[in-house]
Amino acid sequence: MTMIFGVPLAVFMGQLLLGLINGAFYALLSLGLAVIFGLLKIVNFAHGAMYMLGAFATLLGMRYLGINYWAALLLAPLFVGLLGMLIERVLLRRIGHLDHLYGLLLTFGLALIFEGTLVNFFGVSGARYPTPEALQGGYQTGFMFLPKYRAWVLLAALVVCFATWYIIERTRLGAYLRAGTENPALMQAFGVNVPLLVTLTYGFGVALAAFAGVLAAPLYPVSPTMGSNLLIVVFAVVVIGGMGSILGAIVTGLAMGLIEGLTKVYYPEAANTVIFLVMILVLLLRPAGLFGKEA
Amino acid sequence: MTFIKKTLASSVALAVTAAMATAAQAEISDGEIRIGYLADMSGTYRDLAGPGGLEALRMAVEDFGGSVNGAPIQVFSADDRNSADVGANTVREWIDTRNVDMVAGLVASSVTIAVTRVLEENDGFGIVSASAASSITNEHCTPNHIHWVYDTYPLANGTAQAVVQQGGDTWFMLTADYAFGHALEGDVTRVVEENGGQIVGGVRHPFPTDDFSSYILQAQGSGAKIIGLANAGADTVNAINTASQFGVVEAGQQLAGLLVFLNDVHAMGLDATQGLLLTTGWYWNMDDEAREWAERYYERVGRMPTMVQAGIYSSTTHYLQAVEATGSDDPQTVREHMMRQPIHDFFARNGRLREDGRMVHDMYLARVKSPEESTHEWDLYEILTTIPAEEAYRPLSESQCKLVQN
Repeated sequence: MTMIFGVPLAVFMGQLLLGLINGAFYALLSLGLAVIFGLLKIVNFAHGAMYMLGAFATLLGMRYLGINYWAALLLAPLFVGLLGMLIERVLLRRIGHLDHLYGLLLTFGLALIFEGTLVNFFGVSGARYPTPEALQGGYQTGFMFLPKYRAWVLLAALVVCFATWYIIERTRLGAYLRAGTENPALMQAFGVNVPLLVTLTYGFGVALAAFAGVLAAPLYPVSPTMGSNLLIVVFAVVVIGGMGSILGAIVTGLAMGLIEGLTKVYYPEAANTVIFLVMILVLLLRPAGLFGKEA
Repeated sequence: MTFIKKTLASSVALAVTAAMATAAQAEISDGEIRIGYLADMSGTYRDLAGPGGLEALRMAVEDFGGSVNGAPIQVFSADDRNSADVGANTVREWIDTRNVDMVAGLVASSVTIAVTRVLEENDGFGIVSASAASSITNEHCTPNHIHWVYDTYPLANGTAQAVVQQGGDTWFMLTADYAFGHALEGDVTRVVEENGGQIVGGVRHPFPTDDFSSYILQAQGSGAKIIGLANAGADTVNAINTASQFGVVEAGQQLAGLLVFLNDVHAMGLDATQGLLLTTGWYWNMDDEAREWAERYYERVGRMPTMVQAGIYSSTTHYLQAVEATGSDDPQTVREHMMRQPIHDFFARNGRLREDGRMVHDMYLARVKSPEESTHEWDLYEILTTIPAEEAYRPLSESQCKLVQN
């Protein structure tokens, strides 16, 4: 058998693929954060809670309203997106002129409220969401058994990531958005409704998190704390990619998934820390992040 | 003269009587039994003890009549947030300002070890119901606490031995990378090797871990017949779920969960957990006595009790009985009385409290039912065998506890 640094090739390839799938989650979540920070300058600490709410909306929608997985892929992000817009309108807008720290504290507080409320009702053990029937089972790829559902997660996440990148960087709407955050007064003078754009952007950013939540529901137990565990890693990914860089968030997310996957083979004890080591290195060598522009 | 003598004599008599009366009352300090419940009320371990354990404690107090020898029983609680500092400080405050008589609950082993030190310094009393580490009554034993429900020793003994005897003689260990995981891994390795099995590989994963796919893939690659899970709570749940997604059981490997609670199995569902072997100190549906109590609990809480929650009721009741019988809440008096009484109730069978503070009782090897076998939401285990109390736990001859003469 071919070996790579003492690990059989088949195992090595399998780990790379799994790393890529985890990376797709990181990419999806850090993309939402990057959009919100890049365009609105809000450090959205409620992002993990929004991811969790997406998963919960999926679970409860099935349990009480009979909404199936495919419908939830659309409805859960819509619901969480609307909630996000409400939060932006009622709360975040009022502190927009203050230091970033206030937005960070406000969103962190909101995250704690959402988590605490759900812990009160559902406990922390989490509930299981069944894998949709069409995606049960898996493929024997020659080097590993790949569950169909994981293949679907990778595909869906990549499509959504690149669609988002395309809209923001390559379309007229995206151009308005970028211009609106660069110079809101001028855009408003041109007759563009900037406050509405801001609300929609925040709603879209958290909807991306909720979409990741729907994808995660059949993979991990749906529990109120699922988001807070992931949030810190995702923030590290955004810092490595460069705060606010859209493409940076996507590429870094995938790359960190791969690096973490390889760490799990060669030195599993460090799997939870390796991303932070990379973050420290990047902050030392390129403080603006791999894809960020120097201020 | 006579008058003075009489007066003197009677006042002396009066003083003696008064002193005796005070002494009798002082047996129960402050004229109240104060029980403090310390547990993780909001984090990872909430569902196995948490608010449900507090309700079990309240049930025990109510069933006892709410008072002991006329002294009312007061219950209060706090969230330790799985932090040893928070736990130790809370108990110190309870001792200083509320004169707590007994501390119940006690979940994360790290919190428990910190709290028992405080109890020993202040001559308090604690009953540990939820912690796993067997060191709590071994190198960390004190005269001021006892350990009720289970510990890592019978977990390894019960599950690992049964699995090896059924032909599962090659193991891959998936271990939580901290003290509890290492201890459990050590115990399992000893039991597997003693029974003629072999550990062929293992991974120590960070605590906590969400994504187990990489480790499951490594376990699949190892070719071991058994994947041993030396972790707990959410980590075990995640590992089992992932194994189910990757078709581990279908491909011929078996999982051995070394610390699995009823709420974990309930959360994962039978599809993912069927066939899993586990060791438990109690199961709500194991016989009529257990079932009767569990159904009363269910009516109040809306969930079936875990072994920990049942153990909290059982240990509190035994504590109150000892206070009633001795008329005292002095830790050593109560403890000595509890050690003399055999323990046999809906929870503990053939139980006795040893001098190291370990309450040994029958343990059970169980198998998780398949969805077809299960008749309702909480019909989750089939009890396979009983592990007798005296075989299940670490023998006193191997004890390092300072209270045991070896």
